[in-house]
Amino acid sequence: MPGYSDPGFDTLALHAGAQPDPTTGARAVPIHLTTSFVFESSDHAAALFNLERSGHVYSRISNPTTAVLEQRVAALEEGIGAIATASGQAALHLSIATLMGAGSHIVASTALYGGSQNLLHYTLRRFGISTTFVKPGDIDGWRAAIRPETKLLFGETIGNPGLEVLDIPQVSAIAHEAGVPLLVDSTLTSPYLLQPLRSGADLVYHSATKFLSGHGTVIGGIVVDGGSFDWERSGKFAELTQPYDGFHNMVFTEESTVGAFLLRARREGLRDFGACMSPHTAWLILQGIETLPLRMARHMSNTEKVVEFLAAHPFVARVGHPMLQSHPSHELARKLLPKGAGSVFSFDLKGNREQGKKFIEGLKLFSHLANVGDCRSLVIHPASTTHFRMSDEALAAGGISQGTIRLSIGLEDPDDLIEDLKRALRAAEK
Amino acid sequence: MYFQVNGHSTYCYTGGKSFDPAKPTVVFIHGVLNDHSVWVLQTRYMAHHGWNVLAVDLPGHCRSEGEAPASVEEAAKFVGALLDAAGLKKAALVGHSWGSLIALEAASRLKERVSHLVLVGVAYPMKVSKTLLDASLEAPQKAIHMINVFSRATLAPPPSALGPGTWVWGNSVALNRRVLASNPKVNVFHRGFTACDSYANGEAAISAITCPVLFVLGKEDQMTQARAAQSLIDKAKESGQSFKVARLPVGHHQMTEAPDPTLFAIRDFLAQ
Repeated sequence: MPGYSDPGFDTLALHAGAQPDPTTGARAVPIHLTTSFVFESSDHAAALFNLERSGHVYSRISNPTTAVLEQRVAALEEGIGAIATASGQAALHLSIATLMGAGSHIVASTALYGGSQNLLHYTLRRFGISTTFVKPGDIDGWRAAIRPETKLLFGETIGNPGLEVLDIPQVSAIAHEAGVPLLVDSTLTSPYLLQPLRSGADLVYHSATKFLSGHGTVIGGIVVDGGSFDWERSGKFAELTQPYDGFHNMVFTEESTVGAFLLRARREGLRDFGACMSPHTAWLILQGIETLPLRMARHMSNTEKVVEFLAAHPFVARVGHPMLQSHPSHELARKLLPKGAGSVFSFDLKGNREQGKKFIEGLKLFSHLANVGDCRSLVIHPASTTHFRMSDEALAAGGISQGTIRLSIGLEDPDDLIEDLKRALRAAEK
Repeated sequence: MYFQVNGHSTYCYTGGKSFDPAKPTVVFIHGVLNDHSVWVLQTRYMAHHGWNVLAVDLPGHCRSEGEAPASVEEAAKFVGALLDAAGLKKAALVGHSWGSLIALEAASRLKERVSHLVLVGVAYPMKVSKTLLDASLEAPQKAIHMINVFSRATLAPPPSALGPGTWVWGNSVALNRRVLASNPKVNVFHRGFTACDSYANGEAAISAITCPVLFVLGKEDQMTQARAAQSLIDKAKESGQSFKVARLPVGHHQMTEAPDPTLFAIRDFLAQ
């Protein structure tokens, strides 16, 4: 056990939520690959179902291995608890579905992952939830877009792919003035670079597929509640403050003064939508998190070197990373992201679409695929892949052009990465 | 549900069941910077197993109006008024930390109206260091982290009040902040700690009670160390009181670090 101060980030990355297994002595977290858990008695079974006692019943709702991951990420984010989900998109959907229904409204950043754009712009609209999109840096725009039926403000810590840094303190203040929470996608920063709850966000989620896992092996998501938002004072969330006839007329805010969101998200959202995480996936993500501080530091030092190289290269028109003074979020990144503004960024070649294709195909170490946050370096052309459903106008609003190339810098020797980029740039220039 | 106590709206969580004065009643009293929700697992179980449960938010805390108690004696008087307001002739009292001192003092005053007394995480005297007292007033956010570190014994708690996936460290900090913010007139952190620190009637109170007592102590408790309850245990023995001691391998937050053992200790004791 720690001493007289809060345990540090690196310690929590290794120990939060886990201890040697009391039955076997296993030091690493065991993988509990079981659907169900035996009840001690009929009374025990009834008490678990009625939330009179806490424990595991069925792995769609909770699982001991997954619970370690949930505690660990909640600890790293300085939250009160977490729910692991089948993917980052499932975490986003679970958050929204817990807080609102048809007739509700969301204000969201324009600079979102394409999948999130699809969910908000097309799919949720079909279920009666509408979204107004606002440029992340347009502070007045956030305020102006709020309506009486608005239930949530939503953005990414650093927007995809332009890396506009979300001014979480300002946007959260606007959200709180309106009596609604701020949900932040922190996938590209991970808690190592930024803890959004500390900056004023109320809920934070990750595609754990990316930096938390770190090895490009599993799909997973996780949402963390900061316990800071007062649902009762807001008066806008009957889902949490009024009796829920889907669970014994439970009033979630009475059960937990600070944890009503998580109670409903697990008891309704995992139960009914069922987008749970496999314990095996949770275990693999835990393996990744154990080295998260080490990996993120290396991701950032490699990124600095690659950005400097590209920014000085004559065939590169623009490098979009907040570490550069030319980036519109440079000052905000210095304030909110002192350890670095992530290792995923985009740049534009001084060339046409065909030369862009030649560049990508000329790379040897960088893998051309649709993912980020892998330990290996990755490359993709957003306009034809991750954001291909978006119109030119929507692409432009998100800071993407037809020639934009996105890199995710891995953990390789930085000199080898630069050599690979040099070679591909040379091929593209010809 | 709400009662009018001393002219103020007072909230009591009833464990998911309607209040029924015909059943035996157990009143749960929280500690400094806490509210009813710290008892949620124990109270919900008891409410569904034959007991009438009232887990109160003390005056000036979260959902309850009124002046936050400035002393253990003042809070004990409130407990008597709560029983009156609820129409209860008799009730068991369960208190945690500061709430244990309140329950103790209330039991000594209410005599036969108290059927059982459970003191969770109790110490007497419950002295608070000057550093912590000053910090609770001048730097409450920092002090919240201090008490959280002193109160926790593990980085790997079992499934807790919000279910599996609860990070009880963060949960405590968030609750402490919410309770502090719930009273803009009074720093209930400093007031509660001052009340703990200045309480001087513990030994007389334990000698005066007329009901059996259960001590639930955390072996690794750094806030109210288990050995700091010994003077009360000795006095209970000396006074011929009926008492039991349950020592759990946890810190100061017995209800969330060991929810089942804490529940079972209370449940089995109240069944006597």
